[in-house]
Amino acid sequence: MSFFNVKALAVATATSAAALFSTAAHAVEIEYWQYFFDARVQAMETLIGNFQEANPDITVKMTHFPYADYRTKVAAAIPAGEGPDVVQLFYGWLNDYVAADLIQPLPADVFPASKIDEEFFPMVQAMKDGDAYWALPTAVRSLALFYNERLLEEAGVEPPTTMDEMIAAAKAMTKRDGAGNLTQVGMTAGMTAQDHHWWREGLIRQFGGEPYVDDYQTVNYNSDAGLEALNFYASLFSGDDAVSAIGFMDEPQAAFKAGRAGMHIDGSFRIGSLNNTRGLKWGVTELPATADGTRSNYSSYWVNAITTKAEGEKYDAAVKFMEYVTSDEAMQVWLDVVGELPAKPSVGLTDANSNDPVFGPFIKGLAYANTTKFANESGQRQLMVEMVERMTLQGMSAEESLAIAAEAEQKILDEYYNSASN
Amino acid sequence: MYRNLTIRQKQIVWAWAFLAIPILFYSVIRFYPTGNAILISFQDWNLLGDRTWTGFDNYQKLFGDPVFWKVFKNTFVYLLIGTPLSLIISFVIAYHLDQVRFMHGFLRMLYFLPFMTSAVAMAWVWRWFYQPVPVGLFNNALAGIGIPQFPFLQSTTWALPSVLAPAVWAGLGFQVIIFMAGLRAIPRSYYEAARIDGVSWWTVLWEITLPLLKPTIVFIVVFSSIGFLRIFDHVFNMTTNNPGGPLNSTKPLVLMIYETAFSAFDMGYAAAQTVVLFLVLLVVSLIQLRILRDS
Repeated sequence: MSFFNVKALAVATATSAAALFSTAAHAVEIEYWQYFFDARVQAMETLIGNFQEANPDITVKMTHFPYADYRTKVAAAIPAGEGPDVVQLFYGWLNDYVAADLIQPLPADVFPASKIDEEFFPMVQAMKDGDAYWALPTAVRSLALFYNERLLEEAGVEPPTTMDEMIAAAKAMTKRDGAGNLTQVGMTAGMTAQDHHWWREGLIRQFGGEPYVDDYQTVNYNSDAGLEALNFYASLFSGDDAVSAIGFMDEPQAAFKAGRAGMHIDGSFRIGSLNNTRGLKWGVTELPATADGTRSNYSSYWVNAITTKAEGEKYDAAVKFMEYVTSDEAMQVWLDVVGELPAKPSVGLTDANSNDPVFGPFIKGLAYANTTKFANESGQRQLMVEMVERMTLQGMSAEESLAIAAEAEQKILDEYYNSASN
Repeated sequence: MYRNLTIRQKQIVWAWAFLAIPILFYSVIRFYPTGNAILISFQDWNLLGDRTWTGFDNYQKLFGDPVFWKVFKNTFVYLLIGTPLSLIISFVIAYHLDQVRFMHGFLRMLYFLPFMTSAVAMAWVWRWFYQPVPVGLFNNALAGIGIPQFPFLQSTTWALPSVLAPAVWAGLGFQVIIFMAGLRAIPRSYYEAARIDGVSWWTVLWEITLPLLKPTIVFIVVFSSIGFLRIFDHVFNMTTNNPGGPLNSTKPLVLMIYETAFSAFDMGYAAAQTVVLFLVLLVVSLIQLRILRDS
């Protein structure tokens, strides 16, 4: 190699290095955290790809953790200045995150409260504090009634629209062996799955009650409506003509997937795993209405927020990223990939989406859905599980068991709101 | 300075130099977190916010909590059934296995296999065994011969023994091996002398074998007691949808600590429970060592 070539090479190396450094100086890398759920990670990868294409000077690095470790890691990382710039959290955790100074409000010029109030489904307003929103969802979830098409056909019944029809259909699909053991249930039951939401925000309201008052700080279901709702629910799995059994095939979704359950109430997030179940032909319809047509549903959602760690150019990049993940385009991607419903009626209630045979029933459910504000979701669910167990295992009356559950839940709420106000 | 030390002093310096590593390790990994847990048990902390000092509030709440007393009782039921049961079964197996020559190695391997299996996998398999018809192996067999189903995990009475059974089975292999080692260590000459004297089988067992196995028994009792007091993985995996259920009838203390800490995020309360567990383990181990020590 001649001297000139070496020199040329050196110059070339120096320029390309300079070019590298200059892009590095402009590029901002922000970090995004969510918990691990295959479809959500895939959807976010698509969104990040689209976002980076539109904003070549920003890179987004996604990190995900198993759900069980999520909160611990976030709590440890952000105060140490390590963790994410944009973080995903469950709507029920917002108070804790705000109190711990982990997240900052979204800038009012980019996310004006009045515009968000208008554009998003009303339950999102739980994320608002005065004139500012703390966090926004890409997608929301609601419940619907899944049914096994083959079993319905075999029993000669139609997908039910009212509770009476649902019970009749369930009876037609229930099978027992010679000894009277259930071998196929008309519908699944179990407070451990989504039934506690159906009972709280669905059945109680449909029977004319209101499960909580004072912004979910006071339990209000120890009432006639609550009792009627509990009796209706318990009738599914008690008595000789029960159409269900608690713990049948270990868990409700397993029984439905195995084709041993005619109907199953579950969230929109179940769609993906049912689609992957070979040999299962299923359909879905809105949660059953009462005879007079009253409907009620439960919805929940995960939100994204900007953490207190994001400052300067990272903050600006984080705002841009938040803008994108709450855009109409992002919501459609999330619906197509994850099966979770768009958080804006303008995207969700398009004709194509609300008439979709799979997503339609969930999207229609959003119109009459309520969002429970939990203090400790698993603790509060456990009380519903035990309310039913006291009746099935210890023969306690519904009145007594309901009263115990209401008192215990009030205690959880009191402890949570009293210590939060300190 | 080092040069001026005597050989004895030099040896001491070196001993401490080597000991420094485990001491450092223990202080950072063991003693510091232990001390911190005791501190947190007097505080209110949700893992995210600031810690606030609450004095004995967590302990007062604990002693007034009916779930805690239920769980406390369960923990001792696991201990008081699990330890003697596994001790007797493993001794009987080891005693007879020791006298078997035919396929000795293979049989020993069969007993040891469950100990090597992951507790999580084993718990799930047993969970499926226990299911009602149409999935559960046991109930399908019962239904097949016309006997009513048995509510293994769905009864407040039978759930705890049902969870305990695989836990005992899983620990057997280890205890059998330890017992066999103990049996082999007893000098043959004692047995030969006994045979010459024409002593009965029972007397040999009671006067020679068991007394000489005492160190082995102490080890196994302490070891398995600590195991049963800390039981978690079998219970949690067999009852994941309703942890420690039905109606807290299978919930051990460790599971309650886990739930308080990582679903309710009440770290102070969880730390108070941990301190109680620590004291229980300490007291039980001390009592056992004292009772079973050579007098």
